[in-house]
Amino acid sequence: MGKSQCKQSYITTSLLELTGKTCVISGKEKTVSWQREKNKMADEKESAEAMISEIHKQITDAFDVFDHEFNKTVDVREVGTIIRSLGCCPSEGELHDLLAEIEEEEPTGYIRFEKFLPTMTKVLMERRYRPIPEDVLLRAFEVLDQEKKGHLEPEELTKYMSEEGEPFTQEEMEEMLSAAVDPDKNVILYKDYVAMMTVEDN
Amino acid sequence: AMKAAVLIQRWYRQYVARMEVRRRCTWTIFQSIEYAGEQDQIKLQNFFTYLMDHFTPTNSNQRDLISHIFTEDEVYKQTELEYYCDHETIELPESYAGPHIDFPLTAAHAAALVEAFRHKQQLHARYVLQLLHETLKHLKLLPNINRVSTCFCEEITICGDLHGQLDDLLLIFYKNGLPSVEKLYIFNGDYVDRGKDSIEILLILFAFLLVYPNEVHMNRGNHEDYIVNLRYGFTKEVMQKYKMHGRKIHKLLQIVFSWMPLATVIDQKVLITHGGISDTTDLDIIAKVDRHKVLVFIDASNSFFTGECPRREARTTSQGRCVALWKRSWRSVAGKWASPNHMKMASSPCPFPNQTRNPSMSVNLITLNGSRNPILYLRKVCWPRLKIVDILWSDPMHQEGCVPNAVRGGGCYYGPDVTEKVLSRHNLQLLIRSHECKQDGYEFCHNRKVLTIFSASNYYELGSNRGAYVKLGPDLIPHLVQYQVSRTTRKLTMKQRVSRVERSALRALREQLFSHKSDLISAFEKYDKNKTGRIPLNDWATVVESVLQLGLPWRVLRSQLVQSAPEGLLEYHAWFHDLAIEQPTAEHVHQSLLETLYRNRSNLETIFRIIDSDNSGLVSFEEFCQTWKLLSSHLNMEISNEAISDLARSIDFNKDGSIDINEFLEAFRLVDKIHYTERE
Repeated sequence: MGKSQCKQSYITTSLLELTGKTCVISGKEKTVSWQREKNKMADEKESAEAMISEIHKQITDAFDVFDHEFNKTVDVREVGTIIRSLGCCPSEGELHDLLAEIEEEEPTGYIRFEKFLPTMTKVLMERRYRPIPEDVLLRAFEVLDQEKKGHLEPEELTKYMSEEGEPFTQEEMEEMLSAAVDPDKNVILYKDYVAMMTVEDN
Repeated sequence: AMKAAVLIQRWYRQYVARMEVRRRCTWTIFQSIEYAGEQDQIKLQNFFTYLMDHFTPTNSNQRDLISHIFTEDEVYKQTELEYYCDHETIELPESYAGPHIDFPLTAAHAAALVEAFRHKQQLHARYVLQLLHETLKHLKLLPNINRVSTCFCEEITICGDLHGQLDDLLLIFYKNGLPSVEKLYIFNGDYVDRGKDSIEILLILFAFLLVYPNEVHMNRGNHEDYIVNLRYGFTKEVMQKYKMHGRKIHKLLQIVFSWMPLATVIDQKVLITHGGISDTTDLDIIAKVDRHKVLVFIDASNSFFTGECPRREARTTSQGRCVALWKRSWRSVAGKWASPNHMKMASSPCPFPNQTRNPSMSVNLITLNGSRNPILYLRKVCWPRLKIVDILWSDPMHQEGCVPNAVRGGGCYYGPDVTEKVLSRHNLQLLIRSHECKQDGYEFCHNRKVLTIFSASNYYELGSNRGAYVKLGPDLIPHLVQYQVSRTTRKLTMKQRVSRVERSALRALREQLFSHKSDLISAFEKYDKNKTGRIPLNDWATVVESVLQLGLPWRVLRSQLVQSAPEGLLEYHAWFHDLAIEQPTAEHVHQSLLETLYRNRSNLETIFRIIDSDNSGLVSFEEFCQTWKLLSSHLNMEISNEAISDLARSIDFNKDGSIDINEFLEAFRLVDKIHYTERE
């Protein structure tokens, strides 16, 4: 349930409370159905609150993993990892923008939980930076495979990943290649690679 | 095409991030289980105290058993012990194909030992005892704090915990060279336990200690301690390797450990000690302490009594023991709310407002079981011993101050201000310590004034961490060298490395979950008012944390521990079924008995080994039942005699009525049903 829907149900509930009172004269039946409506709205409100509380707990857990000093701060360089571990898949640029919201006015190198929580909650509730579905990922690889060979040479992939878009570091490139390259044929069978990597996502 | 590239990059980075989190969680799991295990040790010590104070043996058998337990680690006069552990009477068999050594030891002998152990040979008990005797002679001449200088050498190499991992020591020697007149080495404790080649490491290091007495230095660690060895595997290793003579070797080692120096100082500027410091650490006082009287941290030395208590041998033995245990129990109670790890979990305000380490103040805050005057003992006995314990057991923390180390049960947590104070008190600039496993093999803290160095790579599991050693030249700037012993030459991908360690950690975690099944089920049922057998996944994490109290990020781990939850509801009975335990023994044994046995298997093992006087690995049926009854009285569990007898009988034991300890423990192995086939 999105944030806007929550708001709506709050408004409706309050309206019902108001109108319920004035329409008591109209008969028991109407009151009963209003009561049911009110209960339903109350339930929804409760589950919305529960959901937010659950999201808060998730964010706290993920944050705590990187809070080495137990003082509710994390190193700014790890924030990207935390955000991604919560299921979001931002690009580096989007991450940069998000950081701007979370950082202190004078960047200290640390991010405080008090600032992280509200921003992250919003991100999760609005379902921003959704992870990429398998078929979209596959198509991306296919785009890179201009000759439609069905596979990519390591040099090809390296060139794209290190030069285009938001380039990889050498370490990232090496790591990706170590898992992606088929040792026998020395090419990247991207269809298999994507299938293998996405199996882990649950 | 650029868009495609960005997409892939985005996706990949998220994948990497998720790996990283998994790795971190795995680390946290191992650490929290390790520390929870150490807390068990505290409970065991408290158990013995409890017995001493309250147990009235109802029959002669039980009385014998208890006196047996406690005279087990009674302190013999050291000279008697040394005599008993003589090597002369041991014959070297014709068939012996292992290394030979002779005294005085030469560098060639030491190098030969290294080679022999590399080829998995074993040194004969006769030589072992001889070597230990010579080592003891040497150690007795050493002061508590060794002073070393960089004047005569290029640099000094300092190594941390090795924990019986011979491969790591061999790798260090390979990379850095064997000790020699030009190559100084300082080893910082914890040579034994957990790994499988503890005795070999000791023998190599002692050999070099004798050959190069000015160049090789060894500090004592907290694992150089008889009671700790009983629990963490060194005793077992020695007994298995040396069988008959293991006992002598072990007894002699107790004395050798007690004579090991406590610290080393380089150029009067760098302090090296195993655990660290406390706010009361004073090197001048430590230099004067009789270190060999601290055989174990349960010690019967009466040198600190001032005539207030009777000096009869037997009574002072038990009193001395009680005192040391009390010190640890009051510390563990008073300190529980103050340790940083527990601060993380405890959200309620601290019930003990005074967190000073003044013993008399803390004692007022809690009640002790004992009927004796605790304050007197704490002041007169514990205070000096505290100083040694502090050096060997303490850990640094980020917050300022100095609080008791409840997790370990001894020593304290010291903050950057304490480090600053102690270092400046003695005009030092750096503290090098070990005692804690670090991902990269080393870690600086307290403004780079404290360096933790850990030399056992793959400590938790293959791929879990690197090992490291540090080199100091005359400039006293630390140069760190990292390494990792790996059995496979093929480079593992990040995914494989993480998965492997993770599987191990998760297996350990599942065991923990299983062993708390009853508590967990009753907690689940509180959330499941309608008795549907299901609870929302959201509540699962809350329940698990409240029962296990491990301080783990359960929501992050959830996907790994819970297989399926249709509609977000978990069927908790089925879930436990998946965490199945394989039991070849009869099913009629009550479920909670099994769990309790399983959860306490380390404690049980320790107790068994104490009772098993000839260390044969066999315990009589009688002893087994009585031990179990003692343990269950401490745990406040109602277990019928029948249930125990049934259990004992259903385990394969030979006709003369003895139980093989190892078989018993093996009978409770948790089978990881789900991932069993994936295990390499």
